Amino acid sequence: MSTQEARLRLVSGLTQGREKIRYLRDERPHWLILGGMVFIALLLMDPATWLTLTISGMAMGAMLFLMASGMTLTFGLMSVLNLAHGAFISLGAFVGATVLTTWLTGYTGPASLAINMMAVIPALVLALLVAGLVGWAFELLVIKPVYGDHLKQILVTVGGSIVLIQLIEVVWGANEIPVPRPSGLRGAFIVPDAIPLIGGLVLEKYRLIALTLGLAVYGAMVWTIERTRLGILIRAGVESREMVEIQGYRIGLLFLGVFIAGSALAGMGGAMWAMYREIITAHMGEELMISVIVIIILGGLGSVRGCFYGALLVGLINLYVGYLEPRLAAVATVGLMVGVLMWRPQGLIPVIKV
Amino acid sequence: MLNAVFSGDFPRSRILTAALILIAISLALGPFLFPGTRAFATLGMICIFIIVVASYDLMLGYTHIVSFAHTMFFGIGSYGIALALGHVGTGFGAIFIGIAGALVVSIVLSLVLGLLSLRVKAIFFALVTLAVAFAFLSLVTQLYHVTGGEDGLRVRVPRELGPAYRPLDGPLTGFNILAFLKVLVTQPWNLADGFREAFFNVNVNGRVLMYYVLVAVATLVFLFLLRLVNSPFGRVLQAIRENEFRAQALGYKTVYYRTAVVILSAALATLAGCLFALFNRYVNPENTLNFELMVFILLMCVLGGMGTLYGAVIGAVVFILAQNYLQDVLSAIGDQVAVGGFLGKLIAPEHWLLWFGLLFVVSVYFFPSGIVGQLRLRAERRQMAEEEKDSSAATDLQEKTVE
Repeated sequence: MSTQEARLRLVSGLTQGREKIRYLRDERPHWLILGGMVFIALLLMDPATWLTLTISGMAMGAMLFLMASGMTLTFGLMSVLNLAHGAFISLGAFVGATVLTTWLTGYTGPASLAINMMAVIPALVLALLVAGLVGWAFELLVIKPVYGDHLKQILVTVGGSIVLIQLIEVVWGANEIPVPRPSGLRGAFIVPDAIPLIGGLVLEKYRLIALTLGLAVYGAMVWTIERTRLGILIRAGVESREMVEIQGYRIGLLFLGVFIAGSALAGMGGAMWAMYREIITAHMGEELMISVIVIIILGGLGSVRGCFYGALLVGLINLYVGYLEPRLAAVATVGLMVGVLMWRPQGLIPVIKV
Repeated sequence: MLNAVFSGDFPRSRILTAALILIAISLALGPFLFPGTRAFATLGMICIFIIVVASYDLMLGYTHIVSFAHTMFFGIGSYGIALALGHVGTGFGAIFIGIAGALVVSIVLSLVLGLLSLRVKAIFFALVTLAVAFAFLSLVTQLYHVTGGEDGLRVRVPRELGPAYRPLDGPLTGFNILAFLKVLVTQPWNLADGFREAFFNVNVNGRVLMYYVLVAVATLVFLFLLRLVNSPFGRVLQAIRENEFRAQALGYKTVYYRTAVVILSAALATLAGCLFALFNRYVNPENTLNFELMVFILLMCVLGGMGTLYGAVIGAVVFILAQNYLQDVLSAIGDQVAVGGFLGKLIAPEHWLLWFGLLFVVSVYFFPSGIVGQLRLRAERRQMAEEEKDSSAATDLQEKTVE
């Protein structure tokens, strides 16, 4: 009797487990991949390194999310593929660097977070504003005439990207520019033997700040999109442009706003990245575009949540693989995309039909 | 005869025909008309890029598939030759092994790419190829003990293709056409002297032989592609371009056609890469795999005219000439005008790409069919006007006879 009961319980437990896995696989694929990757990484390295890398990877993902979110929304809302997005990242980086290294140099010297923020916040805000403004002009001049024609969009935005990058080189010169991180953001928190089984930790200050900022922007975006009237319109526009137009809303204006916001976020992400890498070139945006593209494909074009998880995945795999075998980091990133595409061609959290 | 060679697809514009004849003569007699190593290198690059751009046009112009991995296949070809000549030997056997190996790699890779992304939304293909090409670039740069990393590889070509080999005893005579034309325009009274001075000696060496291999292969590939796009296969491609859903409804398995185009185009790009390695004798990521190079191929294809193979020729010639000589022109203008400040920086010769980018964007808006498309449009309009004139003249005549 009791053995039979136990067997029954075991069987039902197994089926439940299988059900759970199936549910995870179909409904929450991002958790499955994220969990799997973090778990496999844990097996391959010692726990302290693993924890440091995980937090750093999430920080990198947060910065990448800032850059990628605009592109995914532009695609989702208006089906516009903006390959010049990388140029806005570069633009933001150069504007931020100018503020930090030539205008507000007085605030970057002292090793105090509060004083440094007097320079960092204006740098980020100005990068946001300049990239947004240029985005506005770019949308009106370059993208508006080619709505609805993907081939022309690709051609025109590639051309526009060349022009923007060349203009950056005209203004700032073609050489690499060093961007020393403000003193207060340098260094790391060292946590000695804080956590049992894991031991001491080294947490870079700047990465923690980047992670915080990324999470804040993500939170704000999700809140806007899921809780406000504007967000309802954006989601409706992604789903069906015509229906929103029929209701009498000017989707062109809505799209312009989203495009400006996306460019501005790319600019801010670029400024963050400039401080992270501490050296910038006009072509940095093109290199980052690869990560951005992988992220938006992973997440599912047009999905903000998918974009966030995609960014986390890319940031984590970059650092994990970069730690295990530095030469394969880029290949692993693209390999992840190829793998996910084979499994789910629509991306992790799709919002539009593919 | 001509009809068979050009597969019934003629330039259909007098200016275009004249330009193409001029290009064909310049390329065929290249080393004998334009002295100097720079001109020689430019001519060779034009031949190579005619192959690259024509094969790219097969995808972009004829089927509307946007791929950013064309340079990856070009690079596979270049590195295939470089590695084969570095490790197998320096004979023609090694070249053959290099070409075969590179083609196999390219075909497998393009098959995987095609099957992976052509079954989903078309726009994915552009993004996926961009990412894959970048991963390949980073792999080549990182595996420096095999590929030489950023420094690249020297290609040890067989002696018969190098500068030391002299198949002929003495030098041949060339005629410097540009110098002669310059004299003709600026000092017509010195024409006899100019004519005499325009002759120069051409040493026929292995490099010149290699150049003629390029010319021959470029011509053959071009005529083959012309044949292909005017065959039933080519018609299906154009049907897919115009309306894929309809092509499917007519019973064509469009995925097969698209995959076939991607593979063929990749194979031709690989071949061009092999020729590039043999001609340039030096490969590195910058001259074979860079994203900028990919953008240049896109520019050549679109400026010349998508969906016309003649456009690939015109685009390659115009762009490579601009790339090599526009900087000189801009610096000459800069010396003449001598404006300072921001404007001066804008027309600085190193920013020639800025003006090319602007030209590109403007041409996509206003002349989406490129140079060739515009010329053909002009020719058609003129023909129509002439026909109208003829018919109106005929009616006039009729009216007169009635009177």
